[in-house]
Amino acid sequence: MRLEFTEEEQSFREEVRSFLRAQLSPEISGKVLNGYELGREDHVLWQRRLHERGWGGMGWPKEFGGPGWNSVQQYIFEEESALAGGPRLIPFGTKMVAPVIMAFGSPAQQQRYLPKISSGEDWWCQGYSEPGAGSDLASLKTRATRDGDSYIVNGQKTWNTLGQYADWIFCLTRTDASAKQQSGITFLLIDMKSPGITVRPITLLDGGHEVNEIWFENVRVPVENRIGEENHGWTYAKFLLGHERTNIAGIGIAKRELARLKRIAASERQRGRPLIDDPVFAAQIAQVEVDLWALEITNLRVLSAERRSAAAGPEASILKIKGTEIHQSISELLMRAVGPYALPFRREAMEAGWQFDPSREPPGPRYASTLAASYFNQRKLSIFGGTNEIQKNIISKMIVGL
Amino acid sequence: MNFEFSDEQRQLHEVVERYLNEQYGFERYQSIKRSSAGWDPAVWRALADLGVLAITVPVAQGGLGFGPLETLSMMGDCGRSLLLEPVLSSAVIATAALRAFVGEAPTGKAAAGEAAAGEAAAGELLTAMAAGEKIAVLAHFESDARFESQWVTTRARRAGESYRLDGHKGVVMHAGAADTLLVSARTAGEAGDADGVSLFLVPRAAPGVVLDTYPTVDGQRAADVYLQAVEVPASSRLGPEGKSLAAVEAALDIGLAALCADAVGVMQALVDATVDYVRVRQQFGQPIGRFQALQHRIADMLIHLEAARSMSYLAALRCTAEDVGERRRALSAAKAVIGQSGRFVGQQAVQLHGGMGMTDELRVSHWFKRLTAAQLMFGDSDTHLQRVAALTRGEKSFGR
Repeated sequence: MRLEFTEEEQSFREEVRSFLRAQLSPEISGKVLNGYELGREDHVLWQRRLHERGWGGMGWPKEFGGPGWNSVQQYIFEEESALAGGPRLIPFGTKMVAPVIMAFGSPAQQQRYLPKISSGEDWWCQGYSEPGAGSDLASLKTRATRDGDSYIVNGQKTWNTLGQYADWIFCLTRTDASAKQQSGITFLLIDMKSPGITVRPITLLDGGHEVNEIWFENVRVPVENRIGEENHGWTYAKFLLGHERTNIAGIGIAKRELARLKRIAASERQRGRPLIDDPVFAAQIAQVEVDLWALEITNLRVLSAERRSAAAGPEASILKIKGTEIHQSISELLMRAVGPYALPFRREAMEAGWQFDPSREPPGPRYASTLAASYFNQRKLSIFGGTNEIQKNIISKMIVGL
Repeated sequence: MNFEFSDEQRQLHEVVERYLNEQYGFERYQSIKRSSAGWDPAVWRALADLGVLAITVPVAQGGLGFGPLETLSMMGDCGRSLLLEPVLSSAVIATAALRAFVGEAPTGKAAAGEAAAGEAAAGELLTAMAAGEKIAVLAHFESDARFESQWVTTRARRAGESYRLDGHKGVVMHAGAADTLLVSARTAGEAGDADGVSLFLVPRAAPGVVLDTYPTVDGQRAADVYLQAVEVPASSRLGPEGKSLAAVEAALDIGLAALCADAVGVMQALVDATVDYVRVRQQFGQPIGRFQALQHRIADMLIHLEAARSMSYLAALRCTAEDVGERRRALSAAKAVIGQSGRFVGQQAVQLHGGMGMTDELRVSHWFKRLTAAQLMFGDSDTHLQRVAALTRGEKSFGR
């Protein structure tokens, strides 16, 4: 038993670091490190940089144009990228639909879709949740009716992340209403430019536009855009959700934000002394730090097991729950660290270019201006990707066997 | 021992609740929040007509002469309705601060000259505030004070018959709506000294007063107030020079109790909304409220709510206690408990609403943000827990 990575893994880490030093622009990393919003262009540019290095298909085998990394290498990349201020990879293309296309798509589909995912040319989004089908995803109602060489799709999807940027959406649709819930579902790839699609923004509590409702009204989808067989979509959907969980704990991001919390707590003053000297506040930072340490080692144990077997098992639920709790704790401590200066709430402060009126002493530090919005936004973590309550059901059923 | 509200207090609650239910629905709130001023003078007028703004103004100044229990009885309604108008800032806190200088309170000794002029000005302002004609807010906390009330660095220098004020007040709630700012400033001593703090009536429109106004996380308005060589006549000083910190702290304590009551109203609203939601939201062929994990969560929310309610009563009953140590121990205990309860109830209400709880479309997220703001105001739970610990050890000089 040993904690250290192998020498090969260490030299891979160095390779990743030198790539990040060379290719990650200070403009983009500055936004990430300071909690400002990234635009579509930032993400696309970053995906292009990865692609040029041959890393666009993160986690893909070489035969599909990926770098052929194992899960430890992916973990190392994501950790280093997060620490350096690399953008969070938008998972819908590379990590979600691509593995489904590789495993269940036809060679024609693989040739058509995968290269443009890797290059960042196509932005993908997901059509899973519906207003009546959240935790109970299999109760989805969006209908796809066969009409010659097409399906006609009608219905409504929701909690669609960044669909306003998307070229393509992968959708779970119901093709057989008479079958039992899981058996009548078909997995379709739909061009977002298709007539009959309406994207309606949902404003979240932090004022941001991150998710949408998507309406389908008689949207015609060629049968060739179907993945695998009709009515077998649930199998592919579950496969996809299994892949959604690689690196679900977000250890690198948590480490980066914890370091930021310590910096801010050192610069905030309370009774003329640094806040980080306050034993109560310091103990709370220490608490999240030890929780993160435990989670990191748990994550490494899962990875180590994966080196021997295949995809992540139900233990990913442990990583999801603890990871989200840690991210939420850090965001809450960050907000509380700035005290009353977490109260001002200016949406424009989320943009990197925004600044206080330079003619006056600023009302509170610049870093304070995004922290409450970030705390509010991070509440989503315990809700999306399967609520933490659902994850606990998975643990008690799949791991414990209750 | 008796925790019943009096008939008068119940009536006050019912009058405010009826008005807000009828006139201050979610859409009205949203449109006021989006307006440039962030508050509605028509609502203010209506609140004046209902007597809300006169509750704690002394009878001699045209008010109703009531106290913290009457404030308690209607603040929960303000929280539940997400009221954006400056009831807490003006009708509770500034009113309490001014009241200290109009003869009824301990610092209002028979005064002559400047002090008498200050007393007269405070009395006139109170009368106008009771009638809804003027709004005043206390501009006390400073940008590097965090939650320390003695940390006053704003200076007031005497020059002949006037004072010149220089300084920066941080996150002053509703400063932009105010006609008059009650500005604390040092006439002697250093930041952290209890002595040497004076209080001045400063017109918001006075030359040299600059406001940087912004919304707060819960959609209310606040401002950082910059005082740049602001000249006020000596007669605008309230009370004897350098002796006003006690009055400021007394007003803040009364405000803290009222904020606690507001937060309890919000928590009750969140528990009600969450119970309604889990009864109707169907997943896996049944209302999610049938799942025991969620039933237990709601039970925990209710336990937190009742602890918070108890402490809001304690805060109202003790916020004017003469024994300052006892007063502060009770208020800090109340704020610690209410901060923790509000955090749990707010976070879990969002969680149990799922994605819907994250949207701007439901009131849930707005209540959650109001509780978050309440946590951050007047010191967070950790700050107050430490104060309880210090007061228990007998360290009376620790903070406030």
